[in-house]
Amino acid sequence: MRLVFPNPRLEDRIPSHEDLELMEKVETGDRLKWGSKTQYLLTCVGFCVGLGNVWRFPYLCQSHGGGAFMIPFIILLVFEGVPLLYLEFAIGQRLRSGSVGVWSSIHPYMTGVGIASMTVSFFVGMYYNTILAWVMWYFLNSFQSPLPWSQCPLNDNLTDLVSECKRSSPVDYFWYRETLNTSTSIEESGGLQWWMVLCLAAAWSVLYLCCIRGIETTGKVVYITSTLPYVVLTIFLIRGLTLKGSVEGIKFLFTPDLNELLNPSTWLDAGAQVFYSFSLGVGGLISFSSYNPVHNNCEQDAIIIAIINGFTSIFAATVIYTIIGFRATKQFDDCLNENILMLLNAFDLVEGTVTEINYDEMLQNLNSTISGSEVIQGLDLSTCNLRTFLSDGVEGTGLAFIVFTEAITKMPISPLWSVLFFVMLFCLGLSTMFGAIEGVVVAIQDFKIFPTWPKEVISGIVCLSSFLIALIFSLGSGNYWLALFDSYAGSIPLLIIAFCEMVGVAYVYGIERFNKDIEFMIGHKPNIFWQAMWRVISPLIVLVIFLIYFVNEVSSTLTYITWNPSSENFPVLEILPYPNWVYIIILLLAGLPSLAIPGFALYKVLQKCCCKKTIKKLELNTVSANVNMYDTK
Amino acid sequence: MLWKVLLLLGLSSAWAQKLCSPGASDGYKVRLSINSALGDQAYVWNENEMFLFRATLAFAMRTYSDGQEYDVANVVVCDETPRVSFWFVVTSPLDASLLVDKRRVEEAVRKSRSRINSAFLLTDDTLEFIGIPPTLEAPVAPDTPPWLIAFGVVMGGVGAGIVVLLVSSVVQKIRKKRDGEEETGGKTENEAASDAIYNMSFSDDEPVTQM
Repeated sequence: MRLVFPNPRLEDRIPSHEDLELMEKVETGDRLKWGSKTQYLLTCVGFCVGLGNVWRFPYLCQSHGGGAFMIPFIILLVFEGVPLLYLEFAIGQRLRSGSVGVWSSIHPYMTGVGIASMTVSFFVGMYYNTILAWVMWYFLNSFQSPLPWSQCPLNDNLTDLVSECKRSSPVDYFWYRETLNTSTSIEESGGLQWWMVLCLAAAWSVLYLCCIRGIETTGKVVYITSTLPYVVLTIFLIRGLTLKGSVEGIKFLFTPDLNELLNPSTWLDAGAQVFYSFSLGVGGLISFSSYNPVHNNCEQDAIIIAIINGFTSIFAATVIYTIIGFRATKQFDDCLNENILMLLNAFDLVEGTVTEINYDEMLQNLNSTISGSEVIQGLDLSTCNLRTFLSDGVEGTGLAFIVFTEAITKMPISPLWSVLFFVMLFCLGLSTMFGAIEGVVVAIQDFKIFPTWPKEVISGIVCLSSFLIALIFSLGSGNYWLALFDSYAGSIPLLIIAFCEMVGVAYVYGIERFNKDIEFMIGHKPNIFWQAMWRVISPLIVLVIFLIYFVNEVSSTLTYITWNPSSENFPVLEILPYPNWVYIIILLLAGLPSLAIPGFALYKVLQKCCCKKTIKKLELNTVSANVNMYDTK
Repeated sequence: MLWKVLLLLGLSSAWAQKLCSPGASDGYKVRLSINSALGDQAYVWNENEMFLFRATLAFAMRTYSDGQEYDVANVVVCDETPRVSFWFVVTSPLDASLLVDKRRVEEAVRKSRSRINSAFLLTDDTLEFIGIPPTLEAPVAPDTPPWLIAFGVVMGGVGAGIVVLLVSSVVQKIRKKRDGEEETGGKTENEAASDAIYNMSFSDDEPVTQM
């Protein structure tokens, strides 16, 4: 297949194989290097393994047929995830540059892909670190017994519990009122919440401390942030299995329902989960890989990381569902005991006549008399169904901050489990943030916007500006803004970027050249499987996911869920449509990065047409410099 | 003579029973859930336990009401069920036909609730006075919220770390400048470095790679 976009002067922009060998031997290394292979692998694992493994995958697994979900997940992992991962690793290692540098080397018109990656990194980093600020808030509040979300506070004249808390639950109240102090809609800003600003400052400070010198500092921190989650998950697994009802949770999670495989949304969700789970298209992986020695075996790395990521998802899902099984069983028992008490009180029966075991038959007996059934109807007994409790909406922030925190309050020594859980979440998120910051800082350096400024200052500026813009998430309506960013800033642009990446490498850079590069780097050409994936199958999968997603979003009115104590169905969350001005913001969030790709290409075309003379001058420059390869302007 | 005394006693107890009835305006219903509270260590509810209840209530009335000398006989109980629930009324010590007002009984019970609970090894949930809600405990609010203290610790550590790292990179920069000036030619700033990350703490001449 000789389908290649004409790409003259490519060799002038990239280091040749001889240059690479020279760079290897001469240990000068103007570029940073990894301290050890372990640091590199741990950083990549930390980047890929994030909050989504803990709170998105278990939900998808349970809602799409349990054990049967593994099939589409693993298939799409192999056909979509690993090829893209290998591609990013290989291209970064070959061209020895961050995302912007790589794409501008491949073709100047493709620089837009790098810009898009940088923009998406910036937006995603902003809202992701806000979630870490929330985790930090819960972590700081875990150092007291009893935990503040285990009981409702009293109202002002100490006569009763606060009404909002009484009608919902202590965990809901603590999350929506005492943490977020959420307003009733996205239009009401509600003002800055000072405690949130403090936590946000803390989260960004911790991030700055870890990223201050790039991979020099993050390379040390990942020894903790990438391994601690696994330790904590194991502890929780052991603790969880000793709790009553945990096995119910695991059974519920993994019971396969093969009919779900016929449902297209199962495959769509699996594809999206694989894609976002690997943090592809953000530029961080290309950057990390570029610090590797030239002959590093990136094929092996890609497979290892993919396996670890998949395993972590399944492991985390198991742990989460042991705890959810415990919580659901507790709720079921409480529900049943409440009913039993009501029956005993109404009929003045001796304690112990109605138990959990004979509840159903006793209810029937009492219902059989006319007077009895009247009384029972008046009691308004609630139906207790274990399955309903198990399938309680458990994904995203709701899982971590409402469901799991509630489960923790029912475990003995709650503060300990709370601290462990939130430290784990913080580590998971922090290691993902390293990649996001790397994507932005390296892009800025590649663009030479501030050439003489040291890395510490650039990291500082990035962190500070992200913090200031992220103050929007500490408003009363911050939660709704975050949901907005989560849905639109990262989803569509990343799919477009990934598609352009694959097309760019396969058809603009040239798959033949790429194969030769890989043979040079690791010793053997990539086999027919990789060829088929890169050329046809993976881009097709990404395109299909993008189209379905895009059509879905465009055709439906966009809505969001709000917490409104004065709504009718309180405590059920109210669904509101977005106001019109939010659509503009959505367009900016999703459109700006996506349009940067064609936009920058257009800019380059115009530049070429208007200024032909200056390009010739630059050509002379590139011939004289030996390692200077990024003068594409 | 004897039969007159017996008649009087019978009449008074019958009279007392008339005062106490389920739904009495000055009475309260009590419900105990001993099994759910104590499980295996639950005691059996019998006449002696009822006597203790009446005595405890009389104590409550003595201490927290008008100070009159209430006796066990002043607490009249009726409508006992196997659930363990019953109604009670309190008669005045001065006149056995007069009932003590509902609100005074409620006040006395409220103030001595914890004593009554502990006499029976029960809690507000398991020893219920229907119609008398338990007073909620005022929360213990510490002067500084604990999370602020933890926040101070975290920020202190992070701030110290940032300062240390920044100072060390400045020191390295100064050292490098000094070494660079000593070298002749100083051709460190060549084209090759132009594309590299401008990380001053990591350069060609740095002997100690801080990895």
